Amino acid sequence: METKLYTITVFSENTVGLLGQITIIFTRRAINIETLSVSPSALKGIHKFTITLYATEDLVSKVVKQIDKRVDILKAYYNTDEDLVFQEIALYKVATDKLLEKGSIEDLIRKYHIRILEMNSDFVVLQKAGHYAETQKMFDELSESVGVLQFIRSGRVAITRSKVERLSDMLDAIQDKYGDK
Amino acid sequence: MENKKITGAHAFMQALVAEGVDTIFGYPGGAIMPVFDALYDYDKNINHILTRHEQGATHAAQGYARVSGKVGVALVTSGPAATNAVTGIADAMLDSTPMVVITGQVGAALLGTDAFQEIDVVGITQPITKWAYQIRRPEDIAWAVARAFYIARSGRPGPVVLDFAKNAQIQEVEFDYKPCTFIRSYIPIPEVQPTQIEAAAALINGAKKPFALVGQGVILANAEAELKAFLEKADIPAAWTLLGASAMSYDFPLNKGFLGMHGNVAPNMKTNECDVLIAIGMRFDDRVTGDLKTYAKQAKVIHLDIDAAEINKNVIADAPVLGSAKDTLPALTAKVNEAKHTEWIASFEEYQKQEFEKVIQREVHPESGEITMGEVIHKISEATDNKAVLVTDVGQNQMMAARYFNYTETRSVVTSGGLGTMGFGIPAAMGAKMGAPERTVCMFSGDGGFQMTIQELGTIMQEQIGVKMIILNNHFLGMVRQWQEMFFEERYSFTEMVNPDFIAIAKAYRIDGTEVHKREELDAAIADMLKDDKPYLLVVNVEKKGMVFPMVPAGACVTNILLGD
Repeated sequence: METKLYTITVFSENTVGLLGQITIIFTRRAINIETLSVSPSALKGIHKFTITLYATEDLVSKVVKQIDKRVDILKAYYNTDEDLVFQEIALYKVATDKLLEKGSIEDLIRKYHIRILEMNSDFVVLQKAGHYAETQKMFDELSESVGVLQFIRSGRVAITRSKVERLSDMLDAIQDKYGDK
Repeated sequence: MENKKITGAHAFMQALVAEGVDTIFGYPGGAIMPVFDALYDYDKNINHILTRHEQGATHAAQGYARVSGKVGVALVTSGPAATNAVTGIADAMLDSTPMVVITGQVGAALLGTDAFQEIDVVGITQPITKWAYQIRRPEDIAWAVARAFYIARSGRPGPVVLDFAKNAQIQEVEFDYKPCTFIRSYIPIPEVQPTQIEAAAALINGAKKPFALVGQGVILANAEAELKAFLEKADIPAAWTLLGASAMSYDFPLNKGFLGMHGNVAPNMKTNECDVLIAIGMRFDDRVTGDLKTYAKQAKVIHLDIDAAEINKNVIADAPVLGSAKDTLPALTAKVNEAKHTEWIASFEEYQKQEFEKVIQREVHPESGEITMGEVIHKISEATDNKAVLVTDVGQNQMMAARYFNYTETRSVVTSGGLGTMGFGIPAAMGAKMGAPERTVCMFSGDGGFQMTIQELGTIMQEQIGVKMIILNNHFLGMVRQWQEMFFEERYSFTEMVNPDFIAIAKAYRIDGTEVHKREELDAAIADMLKDDKPYLLVVNVEKKGMVFPMVPAGACVTNILLGD
């Protein structure tokens, strides 16, 4: 079966040790997490994990079911890139003098839609949002031309394209059906 | 009760009483002393059994839970006590046994400082529990206990760990207890989907050679009667997994025996001959399936399970049916046609005959030579009218017992199936007897496993727990030796044992016993063992190089069954 990049989305209660509960399931099957992003979701008290990994669909479906089974997990599902609108953000620190030596940086800014977050006599911090290949391409180009002093890329954040059930609606339905009356 | 403050330890006791706990297996120590102090005041509500090791406490809680259907409870201290309990917790996880283990923990202010007997219990037990939670504030006690018991017993049961920080045991709190009946992130029993029932029923109604595999899910759901009704209506032969043993009476005509590596020939062969395979509350463990690439490939597979993560995990289900067997089996029974599969069912007989002639005859009814494991087990089963609870250790004794002990009542088998824990036998038998005091409990062990938890004889002595312990003594780690003989050119690397005088040890613990060397002595010894309800040790010296057959070698196709001929 074909191995490709999948994105797993997990909604959980905000309890201690949740990340551990999720990573255990990856560890058991010796799967590497490619990227990971965790943040509070739109619903108060609920956290959202976005995890990418290379796997077969068979494997990712089993991993998702085992995550979803944990008591404190509200919902887990997986998608391929085609199902998602997704983004990563990267920061590049380059030496100011090297950048100025290049002459104009307008072409760079126009080409990569860069934002400049900080600039002083020593260094410039550039920000680029984009897919992995895009942020990587800019890294490669900068490395070759002016050198990159520091580089960091975030985990993926993603939103599904399909009209999915909203988590709040799902929780209301569960509460109505099983909850204390 | 309103507005009256009590210590966290007392609040904890009240929460246990509110959950209906009447038996605890435990071992005190520094970080749990306030709870043990409170326990002193609850001796009318709660019977605490002091085991001799924390592993014993957890296995006893498992044995108690498995026969009674109630949640087993173990209470131990922090650090080494918690790590000693890990084996039992893992065992309960793999065998879906409802259990709450309470571990003491250093005070919240000391957490993370490598304090004396501090260990990250939640971190260690997270992969082997349904839920692990650290109680750091007394205000969380009632909530956490209620939630722990709800999670342990509901849906697919399993172990829960409550790690109880010492400050929360001492600090005072207003006790306000509410049972837990709902957790929004946890739906324990999936709702039956009529479309899934329809699809499964259609496959069954079209089947010429249907075959059912019965797992522990049937017992955990108390769905034995529903199972029988289903099998009888559609006339479906059925076999059981190790943990599904006793879901059907041994003399139920559609009961075709034991599945898997040391199971019966017919059900293994028929797995690869049937046209519709109906798995009920079982998880297609590798000891049942052997090589998945050749497993039941000709059959349409229906998989009934309460746990969505089991569907398609090992075997792809053509018709998955999510839900409790208590709900799904009657729904399915209503939709299947009455049928007769006389010829198909009769076709099991040839394999049964073959197995009897080549294996069972010489194992269970030998006329000469040394005593065999099978004959001891069979005789004891018959002597109890096939009504006893069977507890096993792990290894040859376990497989032989599963094969030759007979069951007429449900919840009659307590064995470590998933984890395969040697040393499980003695403590699990204590728990089983406490959980079903009116029943005879027979525990079969090898000489190896018996010595792994032999100190629990002290618990049996102190509490006078009337377990009947049988050591099938071959002076070998028999199952490993069997593999060495079959797959490692008889290189018996560290499997032979020089054993102590087990009867003398039992005597030191003031437990009666007999040792048997000759076949002629066996019946009288069994009668002596079963004459009353007191603890008893029967040591039977069996053939040194006995083998468990049939055998599907690990990873082989289920039809590749060795008969040892």
